[in-house]
This record gives sequence, structure tokens and C-alpha cells, in this order.
Amino acid sequence: MAQVEKDALTGTDTTGHEWDGIKELNTPLPKWWIYTFYACILWAVGYWIAYPAWPTLSGYTKGVLGYSSRGDLDNQMKMVAESRSGWMGKFEAASVEDIAKDKELLTYAMAGGKFIFNENCAPCHGSGGQGAKGYPVLADDDWIWGGKLADIEQTVRLGARGIHEDTRISDMPKYGKDELLETAEIKAVADYVMSLSGQGQASDDGKVIFEENCAACHGEDGKGLQEVGGPNLTDGIWLYDGSAEGVLAQINNPKHGVMPSWEGRLDNASIKQVTVYVHSLGGGM
Amino acid sequence: MDANTTKDASSTASTKPIKQNPEEKTIRYADRPEIYPRNIKGIYRNVKWITLWVLLGIYHIVPWLRWDRGEGVPDQMILMDLSGRRAYFFDMVIWPQEVYYLTGILILAAIGLFFVTSLFGRVWCGFTCPQTVWTDLFFWVERQIEGESNARRKLDKGPWTAAKIFKKGLKHFIWLIVAFLMSFAWVWYFNDAPTVTVEILQGTAGSWVMATIAVLTITTYLLAGWAREQVCYYMCPWPRFQGTMFDEDTLLITYEDWRGEPRAPTNKLRNFENRGHCIDCTMCVQVCPTGVDIRLGQQMQCIGCGLCIDACDGIMEKMNLPKGLIRYDSISNGLAREHKKPETFHLVRPRTMAYVVILLVVMGAMGFSLGTRSLLDVTVLRDRAPLFVTLSDGSIRNGYTYKILNKDDSARTYTLSLKGLEGASMTVIGVEKEGAKQVMLDVVPDTVGTYKVFVKADKKNLKGKSTGIEFILVDNVSNETIVHDTVFAGPGR
Repeated sequence: MAQVEKDALTGTDTTGHEWDGIKELNTPLPKWWIYTFYACILWAVGYWIAYPAWPTLSGYTKGVLGYSSRGDLDNQMKMVAESRSGWMGKFEAASVEDIAKDKELLTYAMAGGKFIFNENCAPCHGSGGQGAKGYPVLADDDWIWGGKLADIEQTVRLGARGIHEDTRISDMPKYGKDELLETAEIKAVADYVMSLSGQGQASDDGKVIFEENCAACHGEDGKGLQEVGGPNLTDGIWLYDGSAEGVLAQINNPKHGVMPSWEGRLDNASIKQVTVYVHSLGGGM
Repeated sequence: MDANTTKDASSTASTKPIKQNPEEKTIRYADRPEIYPRNIKGIYRNVKWITLWVLLGIYHIVPWLRWDRGEGVPDQMILMDLSGRRAYFFDMVIWPQEVYYLTGILILAAIGLFFVTSLFGRVWCGFTCPQTVWTDLFFWVERQIEGESNARRKLDKGPWTAAKIFKKGLKHFIWLIVAFLMSFAWVWYFNDAPTVTVEILQGTAGSWVMATIAVLTITTYLLAGWAREQVCYYMCPWPRFQGTMFDEDTLLITYEDWRGEPRAPTNKLRNFENRGHCIDCTMCVQVCPTGVDIRLGQQMQCIGCGLCIDACDGIMEKMNLPKGLIRYDSISNGLAREHKKPETFHLVRPRTMAYVVILLVVMGAMGFSLGTRSLLDVTVLRDRAPLFVTLSDGSIRNGYTYKILNKDDSARTYTLSLKGLEGASMTVIGVEKEGAKQVMLDVVPDTVGTYKVFVKADKKNLKGKSTGIEFILVDNVSNETIVHDTVFAGPGR
């Protein structure tokens, strides 16, 4: 060990280290400090034993407490499910109309419904229900199968052209492909349909053909019949192409979309929540 | 001078020779010298007792004071409700989004501390710091059980007799009880004090409450009982930089070396001709709770409690010498006395004035902000998907999420109306179905009310793709009004 030099000015020991003629004074750390440091090391060793710590060739050391962040998440999810169970009971018991009237349930359903909608419905209907060609806009006030809470609930539950035995079905005949109407007649009725929404002129023939073939589903005035899923033809909202060619094509060989039946895929409470949410997207008619 | 010092001749830093000490090794870790402060009576001791009991009294009594805020709201005068995310101070209820008030309070506390320190030195350290207060209390407990400083030193050195074990055990037991009482009070500030007290006594309190009390009890016991001055020496940052607030006019604990030196023990004749007044009795060192010799001058370890003044004044009185060999005074006054010049005390100095200005500015800003603090706030989120919707009658509709923060402790009804878009009407989910120019929105006390608002307008009234509109919310009771600018999107012309 090197001899210890004392700095005469301060009377303090030096460490023996010297830089450019300046000698470092030795101000020793208190012993409790180093013991605290050792205690921390021991604590770390304890941690290795108690918790998952070291990687091994095929995995990692598990720790004697059996803790895992995945297990932690499971517990948290269980706690969430527990805290939600009371709410779920309320949703089971209440009708969609009751939910919409109850402020507390409405707030919960709006938040939960939004989540369910984004996971299950948004791929076709778009976020916020903005729709896409062939997939109805849910954010407007035009409803093919009805925009009342009970109507929406039924559509969600049973679907349209879905697999449920009571699913909503509306099949428009293939007037052109199955040669139910002549080409000229189809042209005339297409013109009439366009004129319903204020686009172009139509002949009286078209009106007659419409009343004979189309009015049963689309209504005498063309405003649609929601009970049978006949869309309103008088507004500017079109599920498919709204141009003259598009209307013609739909009469010739109609396209039909499919909405899955959600009963059995979503639980009752979820269906009710998403119904309330979808109802609100349309402005809550 | 020996050979080694000539080698150091090139040294520019130290002109003094460096002594050799061959027997010693370099010490890297030092034992903590046990300090046995002697009890002393005097002015500063009394001030310390008074501040101790006043501060502990405030600390323990404040959470029990009640403040009526009406039904369903905590009635504790000062309460930090962490789980409810509210802080209650008298009539004020602070929400999490107003946490900047806390920043303001912390700035005020820091600058206030700097200000007081620049005027009066380490009054915080010496009298009001919790570490000082609790250490003082623990010293008192120790003295009651183990006796005066000499008895304590003797007891520590002596063998482990039954009496020693009993005394030590009793001391640590009482220390733990005191630490527990101090920690108990802490949780009163974060819970309803009477409720949580009953819960703790019944053992039904939440695990966080129990863990907080346990941790604080252990840290209080360790820091005030065992670590003591080590906290000030090694843990606390404040002693390290509080010196920058000092100047020659700051009141400090000062030893008048011009009068005291050269020091020498006195004899029976009490002849103080041609010598200093310090009789080297070391009373000032013996009473010091941090083990400082104040005669060495200003030092980081001195907490400025003034107990050495009490000690020295008593000795000076016995010696028939003037008191104040150690005094609480500025360095400039010490020099003035040395050179027989008039003493002055400068309260107004650039440094103190700077602190006063900062304090006033921050106080003013906080006061203004609190005074004009609104109990109402709104957030409006415009729907992005879809931007707008064309309805079957050709009109355009936009959706908004309208949030009302009612910070008041009573339920309020607000009137929401619209400006900037002719013929526009609003529907609100769960409130207004038909479409109206004005809607009434209720928000229960102390909550955020969230409403889905749809605005419908005729296409011909839109000004292109984006029309500026204003939501106007009026509190029906106070008439407070919040106007929120947003836009109404449309398909363009």
C-alpha cells in the first residue's frame, strides 16, 4: 500500500492520485453508504430468485413466486370482467329502448358499442358508419330495413340474407337477365326511377311498368318499404351506383349484399350496445 | 521539509508542503462518528421547541378540520383524493387537468425558500425541516431514556447488561411508535381522516394505506433515529447549494474569531488580557446536533439551528464577558464590529429584491388564474369519419362530441345554441330528437357530461367545403358563456 500523504492546508488525506500537480483529497464515503450498496446487490439477487430474470438456452428462469406479466394481464382481465358483470346483467335485462332512455346505460352502451362496432362492423360499414359502395351508410337517415332501435337490433341479430333461419331476405328479380322485361321497358323504368330523385324526364310507360313490377317492394311513390327491405328510390342516397347506367345495371341483374347474422357470434349485451351505438350514428331517429 | 516535498516543487496548486504519514493506509470508507449532543437551555432551544410543537400540531390537526361542500362531496378542509382524482382546498376543487397549480405552488415554495435563505440563512434547515423536527423529537426520547450525552456515551461503550438491553429496547420501541404516529398523519391528507383512522384501527384499510404507513414508519425511524445528520451530510441536496443564496448581509451562525482568538483555557484568575475570549470549552461543539465546530467558519454541515449560541452565551455569562461570541448575524456586521464601524442590516438587496419580484409575479399569476378560474369548460371533437353525411332530403349533417366539464359542486343546466350557419338545427342523442335551435344539457356536479350533437343544415347555406360555426354554451344559473369555434363540413359546390 502506498504511503498516505496529508494535505497540509486542509489536514485531509490525499488519495495519492495526482493530475498536473493537483492532488486529490480523500473524502471517504460513509460506511453505511457502501453497506446500502451491498444491500441493493443482495436485493437484486433476491429478485432473481423471486421473479423471472435470467435467459436460458431454451427459455428463462421462472422465479419462485411464479409471476409472469401474461398472468398479471389475465388477472387484470378477470378483474375487468368482474367489474363489468354487473353492467352486463343490466344490459341483459333491459330492452334497447330502455337502454336508450337510461342516461347511465346509454353512456356505457355508446362507449362499448363503439368498440364492438369498430371490431365487427367497421370493416364493411366503415369507421363511424360512413359506408362504402354496396355497404350501406349507417350515419345517414336512410334505412333499408328501418332505423328504429328494434329494427336495427333485428338486423344485427338476424342479418340480411344471412344464415339465420329468420334472417331478413329481399331478393330483387333479375328483370333483364331472366328476361322478365323487354330491354325498352327496362330503359323506360330506369328513366322513371331516375326521375323519382329529380334526375331527367320519364315517359308514362315507365310509371306504369314501375307500378306493375316495382311498387310492391319500393312503394307506389318509390319511397321504399322498410318492412320488406325495399330501398327508397326518391332520395339522393344509393347503395350501388346512382348514375343512369348504374340503375339500369341493377334492374338488369341486381347485386345483393349479405349482412351476417350476429346472434351467437356476439352476446346479447353486446348486440344491444352496438344497436344503441348504430342507432346514434344515424342521429337517433 | 523532506525529500518528497521537493519532488512536489513543480506543484502549482499547493505551496505548502505535504506531510508524510507512513503508518496510515488510504481510508476509502469511514465510520460514522456517533454524535451525542448535550442538552442546552436558551433562546434558540426554546424557539426550536415552539416551532416543533406548532408544526407537528398543524400537521396532525389540519386533516381533521371540516369544510361543508354539500351533499356527496368530501367535507375535509384539505384533501388529496387520489382515487377520485380531485384535490380539495377550502372552497377550491382542483381537477387533474389543473395540476399546473401544483407547479405554481412548488415554484412559490422554492423561491420562498431561496428568499428566506438569502435573508436569514438556514432557518429552514435549523428549525422547520421535517428531518430536523423529527430528529429533535427522537433526541428528546433518547435523552429521557438513556440520560444526558455523557451517560449515553458511557452506555454505548459499556457491556450489554440487562439494563442496557431494556433501555435500548424501550428507546427503539418508542421511536417506532413516534414514527408510526407521524406516518399515520400522512395518510389523513389522502383519505377522509376519521374514516381511514377507524379502518386502520380495525385493520380493514386498503393495502396502499397500510403500505404507505409501513414504508413511512420505517423511513422515519431510520432517518430520524439512525441516519440523523447523515441525511444532511450525504442525502439532502439543499445544504450543497444553499450557500449560493448567502452573501455578506445574510444572517448566519457566525463565530467572532477577531474577538475569540487566540483561544485558550482560562484559569481561576479569569484574566482575558492579550488573549481571545474563547476559553476552548468546546461547549459549542458538544451541543451541536450535527457535530460541527462552528469556530472553523461557515460549513455545509452546519444546519444553522443556533444551539451553539445558547451554549456559548451561557459560558460568556459565567466568564463575565459580553455575550455573542457566537451569534446569529451577518458577516458584514461581524466585520463592522471588528473595525468599530456602525452595524447595518440590509433587507433590501438586489438578490432579495429579485426573489421578491419572482415571488410577486408567480403569486400574481396564480392569484389571477385562480380568481378568474372557470368552473365550466368544454371540449368539442368533430367527427372525422364520416366528415359529413348527406341525408335523404338532401341536407347535410355533421356530428360532434360535445363535452362539458362541470367543476361546480351543484348540478347545472346549460343552453347550447349555434351561430354562423343559417337554418341549422341540432339533434342530441338522448336529449333532442326532432332538431332544435337550442338544446338544454344537464350535467351533474363535479363531472364531465358527454353529448353527441348532430348539426343539420341546408346545402345551399354552406360556404363551400368548410363553414365556420360557433357553439355557444350558456350556464343557465351563472350566465357564464363559452363560445367554441369549429367547422361544418360539406360536399362543396
